[in-house]
Amino acid sequence: MLGEGIIKGMAETARNFLGSYHDAARLTTVEFPEDKIPAKESARNFPFLVHDGEDAMQGLRCVACQICEKECPPKCIFIIKDTNKKPDYVGKLQFQPKVFDIDVSVCMSCQICVEVCPFDAIKMDTDFELGGSDRFGGLLLNKRRLAKPNSYYHTIHPTEAAEVDGRLAAEKAKVEAKAKADAEAKAKAAAAAAAAKAAAQTTPPVVASTPAAVVTPAK
Amino acid sequence: MIADLLNGIGLLLWRVVSDQPDAKGALLPVLPAVLQPVVSAVLSVAPIIGVFASLFALTTLLERKGLGRIQNRLGPNRVGPFGILQPAADGLKMLTKEDIIPRSADKVVHFLAPVCLAVPTLLAFAVLPYGRNLVPLDLDAGLLFFFAVGASTELSIFMAGWSSRNKYSLLGAMRAIAQMISYEIPLIVSSVTVVMMTGTLSPMHIVEHQAGFIWGFIPHWYVLTPWGFAGFVIFTIASLAESNRSPFDLPEAESELIAGHLTEYSGFKYALFFLAEYLGMFAISGLGVTLFLGGWHAPLPGLEWIPSFVWFFGKLVSMVFLFIWIRGTVPRLRVDQLLNLAWKFLLPLALINLVVAAVWHFTAVWTFPGALVVRWLLGAALIGGPYVLLGSALSGAKKNTLRVYRYAT
Amino acid sequence: MEIPFAILTALTLVSALAAMSLRNLVHCALCLALTLAGLAALYLQLGAQFAGFAQILVYVGAVAILVVFAILLTNRGDQAAATRAPARSWVTGAGIAVAVFAVLARVILTSSLATGHPMVDRGSPTVKDLGMQLMTQYVLPLEVIGLLLTAATLGAVIIALPEKKTPAAAAPNH
Repeated sequence: MLGEGIIKGMAETARNFLGSYHDAARLTTVEFPEDKIPAKESARNFPFLVHDGEDAMQGLRCVACQICEKECPPKCIFIIKDTNKKPDYVGKLQFQPKVFDIDVSVCMSCQICVEVCPFDAIKMDTDFELGGSDRFGGLLLNKRRLAKPNSYYHTIHPTEAAEVDGRLAAEKAKVEAKAKADAEAKAKAAAAAAAAKAAAQTTPPVVASTPAAVVTPAK
Repeated sequence: MIADLLNGIGLLLWRVVSDQPDAKGALLPVLPAVLQPVVSAVLSVAPIIGVFASLFALTTLLERKGLGRIQNRLGPNRVGPFGILQPAADGLKMLTKEDIIPRSADKVVHFLAPVCLAVPTLLAFAVLPYGRNLVPLDLDAGLLFFFAVGASTELSIFMAGWSSRNKYSLLGAMRAIAQMISYEIPLIVSSVTVVMMTGTLSPMHIVEHQAGFIWGFIPHWYVLTPWGFAGFVIFTIASLAESNRSPFDLPEAESELIAGHLTEYSGFKYALFFLAEYLGMFAISGLGVTLFLGGWHAPLPGLEWIPSFVWFFGKLVSMVFLFIWIRGTVPRLRVDQLLNLAWKFLLPLALINLVVAAVWHFTAVWTFPGALVVRWLLGAALIGGPYVLLGSALSGAKKNTLRVYRYAT
Repeated sequence: MEIPFAILTALTLVSALAAMSLRNLVHCALCLALTLAGLAALYLQLGAQFAGFAQILVYVGAVAILVVFAILLTNRGDQAAATRAPARSWVTGAGIAVAVFAVLARVILTSSLATGHPMVDRGSPTVKDLGMQLMTQYVLPLEVIGLLLTAATLGAVIIALPEKKTPAAAAPNH
């Protein structure tokens, strides 16, 4: 009959109205500044810079290669490369960004900077309470505000951070193994050269190209 | 002098609270003769504006709270304890906003429209009986006065829509006028039944006719008769449309028309429109209470010691709550559905209801035992039958069939 | 009593003049509505409640809206009619004006104002009195007007009906 649906609907809304007073589970509202829902692991909004070690400026993984700056679709990243290398947190000499700014009022949270970074230096943050009274300066984040320790990265995205750490460790191990092999080969070549030099003193210098031939396979 | 004045004010308040007649007569003789007409007018007008403006503030809050609860939300709760200061915050925000007038607008008409809307809306309150002896203006043709001032608000909505030089404004105003003219007819025809039964157009007398109780406990309100119930339902639907409230809020359908005729209004003028809309809702609810719900009469015999205006405002707030409840339930209609409902459903039913009221009137001479029950059932059948038939004829015309797609598979 | 009357008369006359002379048609319509409202106020001042309220309900509420709709649907309201009315319209208009004036003049000249008979104050008629009169003494004019309005409504419905297509027009072009 006509009007039946309206009566049913009115009953449903009345049930909601009364139910919301005695059944707290119905109320899905989280009263924000007092109550907060912890961010999900897959949450992301704006990028931040990861640093290792204690000193944020020294430990930045970023080497100012400027790939992210070039790839950023809305062009919200601004980098000035330092002119000379500086020691990083383990003392290795590294290029570092003199200026690294992200304008989060322009950033569209696309995560492309994270995808292209070869050094795992830039990652997505979950912090969303960025409101301020300064519309321009307040939303232009410099490298001091962007730098956050690796441990923070572990707290917001544990799985991803563990994977990145594993990859970085593997790469480091590979580089170390290679360096070791290089050092060994160098030592071997040096030994061979020394031996050839000793032999050249007894034989005529016609076969002077032999040391090169010896070194080549080691390369 | 001062003592007399205070005494007069005290007596006036006492007479209002205790439902005694001639409350103004307590204060006026104390005053100098020059002041008497002015004070008399102020005493009639100021309470209406004060009471209904505060009811407006309260309703905006209760509406947001109620809608929130209906949608399992909390509603506003930040300004003051439980959000009770929210209307004050809204009002301050509204009044401190910039008043923007579009460059191409017709400035005079644009300025006059909210004023022309607010004045008739306030005038409508003049004839409502708020209590046993509380009626600002007891007109012989009070009901006609109410509908006349109600009808003159349409022109101000047109003024608002046309003078803004905005296509959304004009469309919204056109829709509002079409809707208000269409629903005015069922509204008036459903009220005419009450006029038929009481033989008077004065709201005061209409309320007096609803005094007393049947069998000692059922109030003699018109809503409890078959024609009165049908009339009340038609009246409520039509008054929802008249006050532009959901589900008949097409004139300011946000999703299609931005805000209809209010699009180009801001600041205080917007606040005036908003106020007029709610005042119109109160006025028409008050008329519904007067016509069908027994006005200021108490619902049970033992409760007459409570001041009569308490009952009036209690019923008024219940009507407003019903409006909010409907707003939280029913989605907005389409324009064609809106007009079909008015012309093909409500108007025929209202006309049939006139016949039912006549039958009720002429069977009043029946005196055999149980005559009341027989009359009630007869009336219910006379209005219920057409309702079912008309309803199935109109809604059955379009059957839900399986949709066949020509190109998609 | 005299000052309100003067104000209302001035309002009615000025708005009537404005309704005739303003360039913008919508402004003219709004001024016409003001004139009608002023007339209603004059009726009310004479103690004719029913006539006054009916005037507002019918003329300000419905006829003014009708006029406004007609202006918006036929002509662009913000453009003044630039063309002069043709001579035949002038003649017709003048004829109607003279006829209306003649009727009004006759009524006024035969009324108690001109003949000098003192007016009898019968008190303000109530709505009930009006209803009784309409249903007894004036029932025939009432019915005739009702019939006329019904005929007009039917005519409007017939005009508004969607036109039936002729077979030739309805046939598709292939």
